[in-house]
Amino acid sequence: MHYNGEHLLPGQIGHFFSILSLVASLLATIAYFKAARMNDLLPDRKGWIKLARTAFFVETISVLGVFFSLYYIIYNHYFEYFYAWNHSSRSLQFKYILSCFWEGSEGSFLLWSFWHCVLGWILIKTSKTWEAGVMTVISFAQFCLASMLIGIYFFGYKVGSNPFILWRQQMPDIPIFSDPNYLQLPRIAEGNDLNTLLQNYWMVIHPPVLFLGFASTIVPFAYAIAGLFKKDHTWIKTSIPWAAFSGAILGTGIMMGAAWAYESLSFGGYWAWDPVENASLVPWIVMIAGLHTNLIYKSTGYSLRTTYLFYILSFVLVLYSTFLTRSGILGDTSVHAFTDLGMNVQLLLFVLVFFIPAILLFIWRYKNIPALHKEENTNSREFWMFIGSLVLFLSAIIIAAKTSVPVYNKMFGTNIAPPEDPEFSFNQVQIFILIIIGILTAVTQYFKYKSSPQGYFSKNIVWPTVASLIVGSAICIWGNIHYNKQGIGFLVAIYVGVYAAIYAIIANAAYIWLVLKGKLKVAGASVAHVGFGMILLGVLISSSKKEVLSWNTTGIAVFKKDKKEDPAENITLFKGVATDMGKYMVTYVKDTFNTVDRKRYYEIDFKAKNGNEHFKVYPDIIKNNKGMEGFSPNPDSKHYWNRDIFVYISSFQQNDQPDTATFRNIGIKPGDTTFYSNGILILNKVQVNPEAQKDKFKNGETALFLDMTAITKDGRRYPLTPGIVLNNNELTNYPDTVKAQSLIVKFNKVSNPQDGKLEIGVKESGAITDLVTLKVYEFPMINILWLGVVVMVIGFFMSIYQRIAPQIFSKE
Amino acid sequence: MKKMHLILLIAIAAAITILISYTGNLTTYETIASAKQKPGKFVNLIAKLDTKEPVQYDAVKDPNFLTFTAIDTLGNSVKVVYHNTKPTDMEKSERLVLKGRMEGDHFECKDILLKCPSKYKDNPEAAEKSVAKGNM
Repeated sequence: MHYNGEHLLPGQIGHFFSILSLVASLLATIAYFKAARMNDLLPDRKGWIKLARTAFFVETISVLGVFFSLYYIIYNHYFEYFYAWNHSSRSLQFKYILSCFWEGSEGSFLLWSFWHCVLGWILIKTSKTWEAGVMTVISFAQFCLASMLIGIYFFGYKVGSNPFILWRQQMPDIPIFSDPNYLQLPRIAEGNDLNTLLQNYWMVIHPPVLFLGFASTIVPFAYAIAGLFKKDHTWIKTSIPWAAFSGAILGTGIMMGAAWAYESLSFGGYWAWDPVENASLVPWIVMIAGLHTNLIYKSTGYSLRTTYLFYILSFVLVLYSTFLTRSGILGDTSVHAFTDLGMNVQLLLFVLVFFIPAILLFIWRYKNIPALHKEENTNSREFWMFIGSLVLFLSAIIIAAKTSVPVYNKMFGTNIAPPEDPEFSFNQVQIFILIIIGILTAVTQYFKYKSSPQGYFSKNIVWPTVASLIVGSAICIWGNIHYNKQGIGFLVAIYVGVYAAIYAIIANAAYIWLVLKGKLKVAGASVAHVGFGMILLGVLISSSKKEVLSWNTTGIAVFKKDKKEDPAENITLFKGVATDMGKYMVTYVKDTFNTVDRKRYYEIDFKAKNGNEHFKVYPDIIKNNKGMEGFSPNPDSKHYWNRDIFVYISSFQQNDQPDTATFRNIGIKPGDTTFYSNGILILNKVQVNPEAQKDKFKNGETALFLDMTAITKDGRRYPLTPGIVLNNNELTNYPDTVKAQSLIVKFNKVSNPQDGKLEIGVKESGAITDLVTLKVYEFPMINILWLGVVVMVIGFFMSIYQRIAPQIFSKE
Repeated sequence: MKKMHLILLIAIAAAITILISYTGNLTTYETIASAKQKPGKFVNLIAKLDTKEPVQYDAVKDPNFLTFTAIDTLGNSVKVVYHNTKPTDMEKSERLVLKGRMEGDHFECKDILLKCPSKYKDNPEAAEKSVAKGNM
């Protein structure tokens, strides 16, 4: 059958490049491996290197070819391709086109592969004699990644998943493909869209940065493998800036993910110890541990074995995290993993094919790796740095072990589930890690390598310690940290943690002046440590002082008596009605629909009762796509320098049904009481030309307003002042409403002027209750966290620059 | 390297202690019948929404009160009370992981994890269904 309107060429080109990339990377691996086994001086070696570079060049072109083919398909909405249909739509904003790539597993592998190409060329240019060994590893990783995209069956096993597959090839049994014009069917022509949660600017930049971070962990790994292979350990100088680069970029990527979670997911925070978050944090921690042992080795000759181990594990843990997040194994425990593409075996092989040879090579060469047998001095820097690295590694192991529970379940058929309070089970351990790491970060630089002279340490550390004690005490005394949810022990740990974090900040900042004498050029490490301390402090304060502001105090929610605890964190707001929420009066003013980003924005007005603050926030909801009904909320925050007010819509109800209720007329006299469905109405008195309603009538007009009170069954009181205004013979009616009760009252007429008998109309309508329920949190000092990330990354780049600048400039 | 050995030993001991104490906090996935056997114990119930029974939620009266009936693959059912807002899409979910404990006649739920069909969006059936719906 011939189908109309299909574009088969871009897919064919794309698939051709996928296969070419597989072949070229294999060729590059073999050629580099051949070269790596040869003596540096053999003439053949040059030929192999040349061949390998050519192959890697073809590989790079192929990866770019795949990338642009896929981009072309998505950009032009060629929905005959399942990938394009499934991940994008015609109405999607242009800026999210790139996000469509990484919504799917295939696109993110492609991104990873792209970064390997970039890093590969930097290494070809800079690694000199190490090129063959290092590039063997990278080319082989490229081969593995390329295999993820080919989608060809080998002996009945599907290898990879081809993003260029046509929809009708992927699912030939769907009846629509009997229609040659199927592309014009509305559901096909529109596209399945990008998941609403990913339609956020963080999602445009977070994946590229994170994947550069993942990709960069291969460089220290590749050096380590090449070093073990050649029994040559001189690479350790080159690896330091690479490990620092990896730490900076992976750290930034992770924290961008946290910022995304904070801004666009209604988890109520930036970190939830979700398996997907942990999976990228663990390799980072191990990389940082490796960076520190690497520094120890360079300066003292200790810790080379641990450096090898940490660099190997950091990369393998990246692969393991790929397995966790893409195999679908986290299904029950994570909220945002990729979907299962039926490639679990391949993903597992991807981990093992690196892990097993690397660890065997490490064990095999273990005796060969030089180690000093003299013990480190306790007053030496390396001793404390090593302890710090060890503690970091310990923390990584604990996080990884807890995150792997779904893997044990799969392996052993158990049904273990996360603890009742999974976040606390992480926090209660990691807080102690934080304390130790905070203190070590503060003091370690004050030791000298090998051995510190008598009095050197204590002389310099005195003032930073005193200052930290003062600042820490000030925060603990006046900071109002009363996190008592987990008992006094944990609160004390938080206090100690605050001291430790402050100590890390002050001691490292002071180090720049006291010891480095203000020489910023060599202060990269200290700056990074200050940033790290700020992250710790920001985490501690924003989490322990995180406050729910939307405690339901309105009385609208009347709890059942059997209630033991009170998670009443949602407050209900009726459109236009100011509602009491602690120190604020909150009003849901209006909502508007933005047709460009297809979000409905709610204008929520916050007015502090003490009159000092008045602001509006605009949380929004976006209609779910991909066959999901309902809406996803996106939070909005009011940022102050010292805190964020974080608001999101937890549910909403819009009433667009026509108002069919009618007024019920009731005769009433001042002092009388009448009923409505949910309580009583009292007419207190009749007011003639009342001051309070002055805006409703002019001079010469007669106004009659009724002072009434509605009392609900559960005892809440609402004032009501319906009225009429008479201008000669013209009568204007001013009904009044109690929105929370869906109640409208109007003053009809004076039925009998003699005995003061009046007639009112009462209507109870469903049509006035547009409402939302809100969750509002306050995150104090969260900016310290974000600022800390920035400072830390600056510090990393300062120290990278400090290390590579001499090399760059000496060459010129 | 005696000192270092000692420290390594302490570190390993600490890690093991922490992980063992963690196993004490772990909970289990249960069916409705087995959860009923363990009243008051925190469990993860795997079930789905019984669509034949009413779902009670009224944000006007109380935004923090949801009650519905959950049913599992073995056909047992239990009343669930959740003191929070109703998760969007609950009706569409094909599976619920309910975290909480049995208390008397009902399951007091602290957290609900929805398994929506979208989680398996690359599944051909889901795509087929979604296209079929669009054409009707």
